[in-house]
Amino acid sequence: MPMHIGEKDFKKRVTKGLEDDFMRGAVRSAQGRLQDKRATAADELGDWEEWRTLGSEIRSHTIEHLDYYLHQLSEKVAELGGHVFFAETGAEANEYIQKVATEKKAKKIAKSKSMVTEEISMNEALEDIGCEVIETDLGEYILQLDDHDPPSHIVAPALHKNKEQIRDVFQEKLAYLKSEKPEELALFAREKLREEFLSADLGITGCNFAVAESGSFALVTNEGNARMVSALPKTQITVMGMERIVPGWEELDIVVSLLTRAAVGQKLTSYITALTGPKQLEEADGPEEFHLVIVDNGRSKILGTEFQEALHCIRCAACINVCPVYRHVGGHAYGSIYPGPIGAVLSPLLSDYDEYKELPYASSLCGACTEVCPVKIPLHEQLIMHRRKIVEDEKKTTLSERVVMRGFEQLVNSANLYRTATKMAPFLTTPFAKNQLITKGPGPLKHWTHARDFPQPANERFRDWFEDRQKRGEKNA
Amino acid sequence: MKVSFFVTCLGDMFYVNAGKAAVELLEHLGCKVDFPKAQTCCGQPAYNSGYHKETLEVAKHLVETFEDAEYVVGISGSCVYMIHEYVHLFEEGSEWQKRARKLKDKTYELTQFIVDVLGIEDVGANYEGVATYHTSCHMTRLLGVTEAPFKLLENVKGLQLIDLPNRHDCCGFGGTFSVKMSDISEQMVDEKVEHIEETKANLLLGADGSCLMNIGGRLSRNGSSVEVKHIAEILNSRGDL
Repeated sequence: MPMHIGEKDFKKRVTKGLEDDFMRGAVRSAQGRLQDKRATAADELGDWEEWRTLGSEIRSHTIEHLDYYLHQLSEKVAELGGHVFFAETGAEANEYIQKVATEKKAKKIAKSKSMVTEEISMNEALEDIGCEVIETDLGEYILQLDDHDPPSHIVAPALHKNKEQIRDVFQEKLAYLKSEKPEELALFAREKLREEFLSADLGITGCNFAVAESGSFALVTNEGNARMVSALPKTQITVMGMERIVPGWEELDIVVSLLTRAAVGQKLTSYITALTGPKQLEEADGPEEFHLVIVDNGRSKILGTEFQEALHCIRCAACINVCPVYRHVGGHAYGSIYPGPIGAVLSPLLSDYDEYKELPYASSLCGACTEVCPVKIPLHEQLIMHRRKIVEDEKKTTLSERVVMRGFEQLVNSANLYRTATKMAPFLTTPFAKNQLITKGPGPLKHWTHARDFPQPANERFRDWFEDRQKRGEKNA
Repeated sequence: MKVSFFVTCLGDMFYVNAGKAAVELLEHLGCKVDFPKAQTCCGQPAYNSGYHKETLEVAKHLVETFEDAEYVVGISGSCVYMIHEYVHLFEEGSEWQKRARKLKDKTYELTQFIVDVLGIEDVGANYEGVATYHTSCHMTRLLGVTEAPFKLLENVKGLQLIDLPNRHDCCGFGGTFSVKMSDISEQMVDEKVEHIEETKANLLLGADGSCLMNIGGRLSRNGSSVEVKHIAEILNSRGDL
């Protein structure tokens, strides 16, 4: 599966994450910073909850009428002289992009940040036909230099690296001689990338939002690289996930405001670029040829299901930035280019449960993700829905878990059985307990007691106390 | 006011003092408290694990158990929220859904009931100590009870309450998550414990037995001197200062 990254085994990936102190330090400090900035940016608006409601309504309406808006978009792009290609799969998208690159005899391709191209492994497909693909987003550039280290975050792909590690990558790969100061690192990368922009034969961008009414594409960056990628090369390809669309400019205004505030705590990013088709007669610059590749790759299967709201996502990563599980294991542990809560919801949908059955369980269901989502996706509820599907449709839970759950149902449905069981509990646990504490639990409890003590059930239950008290007539008898 | 007390399974078996304190407190505040004996568990372990058919049966049992109650008051925000969720479990428009909605409308978490229904913010408690309070995720984010525990604790004479840093972070319990993903859960509880130690409080308070069991279990394993109590135990303290 193209979107898969790292080890196949989930447990191994988690262990690797937990043991990586550098990564955990980098993630912890980035999360803290991003959480604070997001909260401040949201508070500034004064009526953040109303904005969220509006954002949710826009996304919900758009996805409900996705066929209509995609049709409108493609008509507009064609009117402007652009080419539109609908790709049902990642492979179809790559074949089309390879075809364009071949026709244009493209050797060097400059690319701005795009998650959907990661999802379909577009770079590899282009490298297979002999193209050199240059990532121009600073984070992606660092990862590409570092022997194609996969992204660990959807907005800040190199979030797992600290500045010293980035300095080391530049030193090793580009003979960089300066310090680990972010300004010096960025300036160095800027100079290197400038050469690439000027010599690229083809520019490929992602798409934050397509605007259906005008056939435009909005790109949100802080580095200006998307503008360079789309302005300099003669041919431009824009690759978009099929749900990344808004009806018009008014809606774009709202969702971009939500995106930049939720993602990086900015009112607006340094650059918000809107591109509309290839260069027109009266225009001075822009690509001579424009191709739009709309990627389905499993998205239409999600439409009409209980997971449709997952398609509302605007890829801000606010859920990732507040997730305590992500904080400890890091992005690579998810094994998908989409990590964190939204990744745990999306990855099994875009791929399958065989590949990602653990992800819906990699959450304490604390709801921090749901609370922070700028378009109100009930992320933790979607994770529960995944669990339900794994139980009921996929039947992928273990026999022992199913037996335990059936037993649980019978136990708590019978007041008598429950009463007997809770009465017996202290006696049954006595062999494992010392001073009313279990420090080495039997069965699944051993996972709990690996680092925590577990209390022994009380000899006198609450109900015994209450009933005794009633008998004694102390209160309310 | 007549209150049917919902002790929760953890409260019944592990946190007996919390249940006792809650009952005495409610009575002190003028409520008449009964305990429907047929009550068991809210079904959350099955629900959160995706076993919704099983949860449905559990929900029916609890709906029947509390059908005649005027008010239901529970000592766990998470379990009370689970009861509220029953409405979404049953078929839209069904008789069971109507019954579940009736139950939802009269079911409250303890501090929420005292502040919002009884309209009391000072329960007349006194307790000498330096405490910090853990805000449980389900109680605050899902049930929406954020202020009530603080309002009540602020009025406890003798109690010094210190803000818990990063208080909105989950403690890592998460039901079956704590055993299924125990290696991650351990890291989360460790982080919580670090923050508790930072406050230098000698008492950790909370309104959810499950989180307290998790954090308390780690504190105990570390040999920490921090005492762990349910908020009801403090609110029911009326000793001499």
